[in-house]
Amino acid sequence: MKKTFKTLRAITNDKTLSFNQKARYLSLEAENMLPYPDLDAETAQALDQRVICDMYEGHAPYKPRYVLPDFAVVLKNGSEYLELPIPQTLDEAINTLMIAYHHTPSVTGMPVYIGQLDDLLLPFCDHISDDALYRKIKLFWRYLDRVLPDAFMHANIGPSDNRVARTILRVDAELKQIAPNLTFFYDPDITSDEILDIATANIVECSKPHIGNHPVHVKNFDERGYGIVSCYNVLPIAGGASTLTRVNLKEVAKRADSVDHFFDTLLPHYMELNFKLTEARVDYLFNHSNFFDSFLVTEGWIDRDRFTVMYGIYAMAEAVNILQDLAGNKGCYGHDDAANQIGYRMSAMMEEIVANRPLENVWRGHAMLHAQAGISIDDGATPGVRIPYGTEPDPVTHIQALAPHHKHYASGISEILTIDETIKNNPAAMTQLCKGAFASGFHEFTANVASNDLVRVTGYMIRLSDVAKFQACEGSRTNTTALGAEAAQNTGILNRKPRVVGNELAPRYGQ
Amino acid sequence: MLRATVNKILTYSVVDGPGNRMVIFLQGCNFACAACHNPYTIGVCDDCGDCLPVCEPKALTLQSGKITFDATLCTDCDNCLGICPISASPMVQQMNVDDILEIARKHHPFLTGITVSGGEATLQLKFITALFTAIKADPDLSNLTCFIDTNGHLGPKGWSQILPVTDGVMMDVKALDPTLHRTLTGQGNAKLLRAARIVFDAGKLYELRFMAAPDVNDTEKEITALADFALSLSPQIRIRINAFQLHGVKGKARDWNAMDKARVDQITTRLNAFGLQNIVTPAMYL
Ligand code: SF4
Ligand code: SF4
Repeated sequence: MKKTFKTLRAITNDKTLSFNQKARYLSLEAENMLPYPDLDAETAQALDQRVICDMYEGHAPYKPRYVLPDFAVVLKNGSEYLELPIPQTLDEAINTLMIAYHHTPSVTGMPVYIGQLDDLLLPFCDHISDDALYRKIKLFWRYLDRVLPDAFMHANIGPSDNRVARTILRVDAELKQIAPNLTFFYDPDITSDEILDIATANIVECSKPHIGNHPVHVKNFDERGYGIVSCYNVLPIAGGASTLTRVNLKEVAKRADSVDHFFDTLLPHYMELNFKLTEARVDYLFNHSNFFDSFLVTEGWIDRDRFTVMYGIYAMAEAVNILQDLAGNKGCYGHDDAANQIGYRMSAMMEEIVANRPLENVWRGHAMLHAQAGISIDDGATPGVRIPYGTEPDPVTHIQALAPHHKHYASGISEILTIDETIKNNPAAMTQLCKGAFASGFHEFTANVASNDLVRVTGYMIRLSDVAKFQACEGSRTNTTALGAEAAQNTGILNRKPRVVGNELAPRYGQ
Repeated sequence: MLRATVNKILTYSVVDGPGNRMVIFLQGCNFACAACHNPYTIGVCDDCGDCLPVCEPKALTLQSGKITFDATLCTDCDNCLGICPISASPMVQQMNVDDILEIARKHHPFLTGITVSGGEATLQLKFITALFTAIKADPDLSNLTCFIDTNGHLGPKGWSQILPVTDGVMMDVKALDPTLHRTLTGQGNAKLLRAARIVFDAGKLYELRFMAAPDVNDTEKEITALADFALSLSPQIRIRINAFQLHGVKGKARDWNAMDKARVDQITTRLNAFGLQNIVTPAMYL
């Protein structure tokens, strides 16, 4: 108890946390005083050793990790529970959304999905001038960044070329805010070259948006559609993901005495333990937490049957290099074809195992594989299937080495291409890289331009100038600066000294 | 079969014309620029063998009188480049048009076009004409634009051969004063100024490149002459100012100062004041 008090006291008295951030950490400490959902001894041990991992989501899952409400429902019907009339004007529609976001749960308490904004708002724009639209979106954007300051909050636009999407891109480049994160859906049959050029010029300007390969995602979902949320998670709309668990492939490889031992025995074994961990968490959410008794379900924002689980894997680079050592081969992951082939084999095998392992209370009866982009406490483990920081080849080689993985990861996979700033004189090159990436099978295109203040750390945005301020111990208004700072320290992303807080990726106080 | 001596091929470049380009660096140059950043592309190897002893991993061997290079053994120590008496490189490949088309095909989705550079690409005019013609004739590759990065030292006959299959030309202007130009490059500039006009009239001058070095060619007189010449083409002509850096430079330019941003901005302001509207400055300074 003494130790607990000490932790709680440290939170309440912390110099750099805002009162909201303190409340969140206090609630996490409280949740984690409860016993963990029942796990068998072997699973518990693997979790304890962090060969498998629950992303520190908490001991009592009382809300799904990611919720993607069908916001079209609330715009169409209003809400009886929230006493919201059906919106008639653009102002009312935006206001309704702003209210709805506050009732959208997630693992961090901040919404991770704020909707397909152009589809949602276009019907209200008929009599709105371009200038009025610009001013309204700008205020909306400012509200989002200041009131919901979390870089995992994600807006989607595209694939059509339309006024709302264009205005959002214009405002986003102008304000260069951390929040919201933004994905533009690209479909070569629908998207105009002009708006793709605007989107890639925005990347050159502020490293946003991500570009999503719309046709491949559409195929993986149903008619209610999908959304891209948080840091590149592709999930069903009107549902989401109950939980995200993950296997640390490096830890599995460390336990192997040969390549065959890894593939034939250890990988299936630890994957099964991770399924058991997943089942225990889903069971708590569905059968004990009473979450689905909410108005969100009765009013049709979400559907209990549309929650998948994300089956994450990470540290493939380290795992492959360990297996290469075991086999006495020299080539490194990302650079050597034989090493890359081992990686492709892993991805294909894991996809098959996930597709064939039935799970209860999960959309379509099985999990979806996910290349997990890391959390700030990961040390010496490269996110997902990425090539380790600082060793990446040129962007074209980089894309070609990783493209064969993408088709195996239906619930999301992402690479961050770091492009040097000479591209600022030549944004057409960014468009070309993006098209090349999609033609090669990429599901998602994300790039950082080296000198931008706004950069990605694993998958969310931070401002380098905020990190610098943080070093000077002033605290930060946005939650992700802090965890970006932490990630930068532990994973060597920016080689900057970090500090404190954070939401999704900094799931505990004071690491 | 037509072959070219290739120093290097890049499949990712954003600084050699519009979009992402595959760049083929051809060996050999007819200028000897003081400020050359890759002097080892100037000469063409005459198989003298002087570099053999300094190649410790034995990546270089002499086989029936010819230097051969094994890339798998090379450690990139660059000893061979340092010792070569004629600024050549033994680490080159002989490639034919099909070899290059094959690489272009593999990287096609990522490419906006190809650029031949050097060295001086137009020294291997027959080859680049054949290469560009083949690209335009290939249904899979014909959307790629074909650009030349050149010092402009090519006569009207040469241009009339290559321009019909060329989409854009980037031309270096080292100095407008003929004497200064000769000091800087070993050649006069009349040919290149005429070439710039020929290419411009054909609608294919993508940009003039001005490598600015402090107190060498950024004097009031030079900038005025550059502006006059550029205006005689068009006020919209794209002029890229490259900032001289010491990196890679050998010989007398080692004593020059590096160009900084403040000075580049001054040059830009002066060129703008003359009415030139399309000045591109470096995105970064080393
Ligand atoms: S590269 Fe230079 S030193 Fe080597 S053989 Fe050729 S000419 Fe001689
Ligand atoms: S750079 Fe390569 S070829 Fe040249 S000397 Fe060194 S090892 Fe030999």
